[in-house]
Amino acid sequence: MAPSLEEPIQVDFDAPLKVAPKLVAPEPEHCPGPESEKAGLADNCAGCPNQAICASAPKGPDPDIPLITARLSSVKHKILVLSGKGGVGKSTFSTMLSHGFSANPDSTVGLMDTDICGPSIPKMMGVEEETIHVTAEGWEPVWVSENLGVMSVQFMLPNRDDAVIWRGPKKNGLIKKFLMDVTWGELDFLIVDTPPGTSDEHLSVNSFLKASGVDGAVLVTTPQEVSLLDVRKEIDFCRKASIPILGIVENMSGFVCPGCKHESQIFRASTGGARKLAKDENIAFLGAVPLDPRIGMACDYGESFLTAYPDSPACSAIKQVVRRVGEQMGLRAEDVLPEEDQ
Amino acid sequence: MPLDNVRNIVLVLSGKGGVGKSSITTQLALTLSLQGHTVGVLDIDLTGPSIPRFFGIESSKVRQAPGGWIPVDVHAKQTLPPRNSEEQAIGALSCMSLGFILPNRSDAVIWRGPKKTAMVRQFLTDVLWPEIDYLLIDTPPGTSDEHISLLETLLKNTNPTPSANLPYLAGAVVVTTPQAISISDVKKELNFCRKTAIRVLGVVENMAGFVCPNCSECTNVFSKGGGEIMARDFAVPFLGSVPIDPAFVQLVEEGTRPVYPEGTKVDGIEVAGALDASPEGLFVDKYRDCSLYPLFDGFVKRLVQDIKTIS
Repeated sequence: MAPSLEEPIQVDFDAPLKVAPKLVAPEPEHCPGPESEKAGLADNCAGCPNQAICASAPKGPDPDIPLITARLSSVKHKILVLSGKGGVGKSTFSTMLSHGFSANPDSTVGLMDTDICGPSIPKMMGVEEETIHVTAEGWEPVWVSENLGVMSVQFMLPNRDDAVIWRGPKKNGLIKKFLMDVTWGELDFLIVDTPPGTSDEHLSVNSFLKASGVDGAVLVTTPQEVSLLDVRKEIDFCRKASIPILGIVENMSGFVCPGCKHESQIFRASTGGARKLAKDENIAFLGAVPLDPRIGMACDYGESFLTAYPDSPACSAIKQVVRRVGEQMGLRAEDVLPEEDQ
Repeated sequence: MPLDNVRNIVLVLSGKGGVGKSSITTQLALTLSLQGHTVGVLDIDLTGPSIPRFFGIESSKVRQAPGGWIPVDVHAKQTLPPRNSEEQAIGALSCMSLGFILPNRSDAVIWRGPKKTAMVRQFLTDVLWPEIDYLLIDTPPGTSDEHISLLETLLKNTNPTPSANLPYLAGAVVVTTPQAISISDVKKELNFCRKTAIRVLGVVENMAGFVCPNCSECTNVFSKGGGEIMARDFAVPFLGSVPIDPAFVQLVEEGTRPVYPEGTKVDGIEVAGALDASPEGLFVDKYRDCSLYPLFDGFVKRLVQDIKTIS
């Protein structure tokens, strides 16, 4: 039989989640999802060994969602960092954003890494060797400084080079635990770093956080069309999932040769870059961060680029972006990141 | 039987996103074709397919035939006009990607695992490839649904040793960038290959250094050497380092022939480049002027030799 070119079924964003039942067989390809309302009842469920289990599972919304909402009620602002494309600097930007926010001693910041297969945050934060402490109340995040806490799957791996070869549902379970069991405490900002794409992790983060309210998403891209192409998909995702978009950041834009000070566009913005995309899609352009080899080095050594090289052009660009993110959330730029006294 | 016409299968993997998997896949495919092999490229990155953009065939659509999908042709088998001295006979190149199926290029594909698993399986079983020598499979970052499904299906339908009637799963090319952040993710991918008993044909270190087009000085934007050390630690072959070449980016983005300022050197060899940046000609023809082509020519010769000696 010839395969069909029909448009694939998209995920239903409005359906409330319920608890996923324990399945006896892997989910089949047209599975409506064991946590969906139609589980066990849809046409595609006929003949599936899980059908009876799905159909008889308790209906109604997932009882864990109120727990997540309660746990996160002490978090004032929740920001997602998204990008359709990998390696554009989501994690780098997330660390910058959290270092930026935590530069204000009055704010407490949490950073959650939902990239299960390729967690980079612990290394960038210089806390790779840490492990999680379990207390009676839940999991204690790893504190990088007084007011900056981090959570990542990396802290739970016995060997740091181990591959995490997990399918979607298992990843979703862990993300749920991160939201439900981590004792973030009073936070001003919770930054959620995501893996590339528009799949399980993104859907889960969105559906688990919907009830507690997300301030919005910051999209990260590089200037070239190959990357913008994927970011357009991410914008489409945010619109479909009704996640507000705080704005778009262009990373790796322009490189100044240390030899001759000539600025070249390594990743040429042949289609107008993020600035034009932001205009076309009517979203805020938060700024452009130039490519600086020292950013990558600071990340490799787990240092804060902002404190290591405060005079570099990249640093002032990042600080500007941090302030703009704050403004987009309706905060005063001065409260988010005070101007330094000269 | 699916994959009946395919002789050898090579995966392109990386734990990290944006290190240039698709870019490396594209160049490996072009170089294999330039060496006269018939090549197919399968893009199983479902949420961010970039292969159509790389080959400049974004508007193409997959056709349906009884029994499956017909991949999109990039170029047919032909003889290219002489560049230096002699004419060059190239093999046919065709591609398959989810990008060719989506009605709109900016539509998001928001799928959970089981649906992705099914799509990957369908890509492996329902594509009517012509007779091809090498099938390159470009993967998304990570070690999750797509990868598990890919290997489950491949291990069922291929041979771990070359044989007359089944495609041979030759192994994987692992791509990394030099910085420690990327290396730590790619180590996970190497462990994944170990667990699933996929042979690592070689590690390529991408984005190692950038040659300033103004003063032709090489800067290590993302440091250098990490890939080679990692390959040594894991006792897998290291194919080489690939610098960032803005002319290649421009070739992909705007389709113009690569032009270099006089005195540009890559790996100590003077790069000739084209005389003018004309957009005329086939993509594969224009690629012959790219500074990266000699590098990839070396990689591919080594890969082809390796695959032959094992068989």
